[in-house]
Amino acid sequence: MARGEVQLRGITKSFGAVDVIKGVDLNIAPGELVVFVGPSGCGKSTLLRLISGLEMPTGGSLHIGGRDVTLTHPAKRGIAMVFQSYALYPHMSVAENMGFGLKIAGVPKAEIQAKVAAAAEILQLTHLLDRKPRALSGGQRQRVAIGRCIVRQPEVFLFDEPLSNLDAALRGQMRVEIARLHAKLDATMVYVTHDQVEAMTLASKIVVLNAGKIEQIGAPIELYRNPANLFVAGFIGSPSMNFMKGKVVATDEAHVAVRLAAGTLRLPRRNAATAPGSSVTVGIRPEHFSIGEPDSDDIAFFEGEVELVERLGGETLAHLRVPALAEEGLTIVKLTGDAPLRIGSRLRIGVRLSHAHLFDADGRAVGTPSAKIAVAA
Amino acid sequence: MYENKTTGYLYIAPFLLGLATFTLFPFLSSFLLSFSDYQLQDPVAQANFTGLTNYREMAADATFHNSLWVTFLYVFVTVPLKLAFALFIAFVLNFKLRGIGFFRTAYYVPSILGGSVAIAVLWRYVFAGDGLINQVSIWLGGEPLNWLGEPGYALFTIVLLRLWQFGSAMVVFLAGLQNIPTDLYEAATIDGASKWRIFFTITLPLLTPVIFFNFIMQIVQAFQEFNGPYIITGGGPLKSTYLLPLMIYEEAFKYFNVGYASALSWALFVIIAIFTVIAFTSAKYWVFYGSERGDKK
Ligand SMILES: Nc1ncnc2c1ncn2[C@@H]1O[C@H](COP(=O)(O)OP(=O)(O)OP(=O)(O)O)[C@@H](O)[C@H]1O
Ligand SMILES: [Mg+2]
Repeated sequence: MARGEVQLRGITKSFGAVDVIKGVDLNIAPGELVVFVGPSGCGKSTLLRLISGLEMPTGGSLHIGGRDVTLTHPAKRGIAMVFQSYALYPHMSVAENMGFGLKIAGVPKAEIQAKVAAAAEILQLTHLLDRKPRALSGGQRQRVAIGRCIVRQPEVFLFDEPLSNLDAALRGQMRVEIARLHAKLDATMVYVTHDQVEAMTLASKIVVLNAGKIEQIGAPIELYRNPANLFVAGFIGSPSMNFMKGKVVATDEAHVAVRLAAGTLRLPRRNAATAPGSSVTVGIRPEHFSIGEPDSDDIAFFEGEVELVERLGGETLAHLRVPALAEEGLTIVKLTGDAPLRIGSRLRIGVRLSHAHLFDADGRAVGTPSAKIAVAA
Repeated sequence: MYENKTTGYLYIAPFLLGLATFTLFPFLSSFLLSFSDYQLQDPVAQANFTGLTNYREMAADATFHNSLWVTFLYVFVTVPLKLAFALFIAFVLNFKLRGIGFFRTAYYVPSILGGSVAIAVLWRYVFAGDGLINQVSIWLGGEPLNWLGEPGYALFTIVLLRLWQFGSAMVVFLAGLQNIPTDLYEAATIDGASKWRIFFTITLPLLTPVIFFNFIMQIVQAFQEFNGPYIITGGGPLKSTYLLPLMIYEEAFKYFNVGYASALSWALFVIIAIFTVIAFTSAKYWVFYGSERGDKK
C-alpha cells in the first residue's frame, strides 16, 4: 500500500450508549482530496477525529500508508490537522507555531527554520513569521494553521470545516488556495465541510454521511447526476431537488408513466424495473425547469402560480404552486436572472423529462437519468 | 429621570458608612498616629507629635527585625507552596471524570472553614504534643515531634494551616484551566507533545494571567496572616512565629503603644505595596494576555 493511502474497515464509534459512527468502510487513494458532507451532527467531525487518532474507534480498523494505525498515537500516524478554530498557540509567534511539532520531535534548529521558511513561502506568510496569532486576520491565521501542517510533511492532511469562520469573499479565495495547495503538494487530504460549493469544487471524491453511515461515495458530478437515494439527491445541489410523490401507472419499452398529484409524467425508462401500481418519488432539480422553451419530446409543460421570487442577480429562484405536480408544497424553479416574474402571476413551465430522477418506495434511485450528455455539455 | 436620588444614596449608605468608619478613618488616623507617642491605656490619652521617632525606633528594634524576617520567611514559603498546591489540585479536578463536581466542592470546603478561629483552635489541638498528628505518627512507628514547641516546626504548622486553605486559589485556577480551549491540547497532541510538555508549554503560559492574579492575592493575604500565629502559637516559641501583624496587634493592644503600632502598620503597608508594584512591573515579562479566542468575532 502506498504512502498517503487511507483505509477504514468497519469503523464504529459510540459515546456511551450513543452510536455515532455505525460502521464505515472507506478507501482513500494517495493524493485524493476526499470531502465529507452531511447534515449537522451526522458524525463528520467524529469520523475525521477517528482518522486523526484524537478519538479511538469502538470497533474496526484503520490503515494509513499501509500501516495499521488503529491504536497509534496521533503524532505517529503521519497526519496533520487544521481545526475549525485554527487552534493556534496564542502565546507563540507564527514561526514557533509552525515549528512546534518539529521542535518536539527534536529536529535541529536550523532545519526547523528552513522548513518553516519554505512553508511560509508557499503560503505567503514570510513577512508575518514574528507575529503573534492575535495580530493576524482570519485568513492569515487559517494559512498559519495550514502551514503548521505542511511543515510536518504528513501523509494525510485533515481539515475540519477550515473555512467556516471566514467571510464569504475570503472563503472563496482560501478555497482556491487549498485547491492549489493540494495540486502542489500532491498529498492526501480529508476535508469536512458544510459548504456545497467547497465540496463540489475541491473534492476528487465526496462522501455523503447521514446519521453515522455512508449514504454514497463518488465524484462530485457523479453524485449530482446519479444520487443513489433520496437523501443524497436532496443533499447535493442547491437549492434542493424537488420531490413529488406519485404512482407508476404504466410502463412500456421506453417509458415509465408516473401519475403525480394531478398530472402524469412520461419519463424515459432507463432500466427502471418498476411495476405499475408501485409508489415512487419523482425528483427534479430546480435548474431542470425552464420557461418559454419550444415543445419537444423531452419537455412536459405545466401551469404554476408564482408565490415567491428570489432574485439572486445572475439567476432567479421562483417558488411555484404547481397543482399538477404536487398537492401541497411549493416547487422551486431556477430561471435566468431576467426572467419576467410577478408574484401571483401564472406561468407555463417546462420540465426536462430526461433529467428527472425516480426513486422507489424505499428511497432508492431507480434507473439513471438519461441526460448525462446534457449535464456534461 | 433620576429624581429619586436620595433613595439610591440611602441604599449605598451602609456600605459608604462602613467604608468610612472601618477603612478610611483607621487608614488616615493610623497614618497620623504613626508620627505620635499615643498610648492607649491613658484614659485622657494625648497624642504628641514626635516626628519620625517611631520609625527611627523601628530601625533599631530587634523584635521588629525578627518579625520582618519571620514574615518574609512565612510569605515566601507559603505563597509558592500554596499556589503550586492549588494549581495541582485544580489540574486534577479539571479532568472530566464521573462525580468530579463532588470533589470540586469537597476540596473547597477547607477554604470556607480554614480562615475561621475555630479551625485555628482545632489546628492547635491537632499539632499539640499529644495531638492527633503525633498519635498517628506514633501509631505508624514514628517519633512524636514537638510541633508547636520547636521554632522550626512551629512556623511550619502555621504555613500548613494556610496551605490547607488552597480552595479559593484553586477555584480561580480551575476557571483559568477551563478557559483554555481543548483544541489547543489536541493540536499539541498531534504535534507530538507529551502530557508534561503540554502542561509546561501550553497550559502554564496560558495560565499566567491567573497565576499572576492569584500571586498578588496570596502575597497580600499572607503578609497579613494573623489568626494562625495568634491562636496556635501565640508568636512563639522564641518569637519564631511572631509575624508582623501579630506584633502590630500586641504593640497596640497589649503594650498600648498605638503610635508605634501605627508606624509598624505603615511599614507593613509599604512592604506589601512594594511587592505589589514589583509584581506588576515584572508582569510584562512573564504574563501572557489575550488569547486567540478573545478577539475573534
Ligand atoms: N465527545 C462526545 N461525547 C458524546 N457525544 C458526542 C461527542 N462528540 C460528538 N458527539 C455526538 O456525536 C454526533 C456527531 O458529532 P459530530 O461532531 O461528528 O457531528 P458533525 O457531523 O461534525 O456535525 P457538525 O456539522 O455540526 O459539525 C453528535 O450527535 C454529537 O452530539
Ligand atoms: Mg463538525
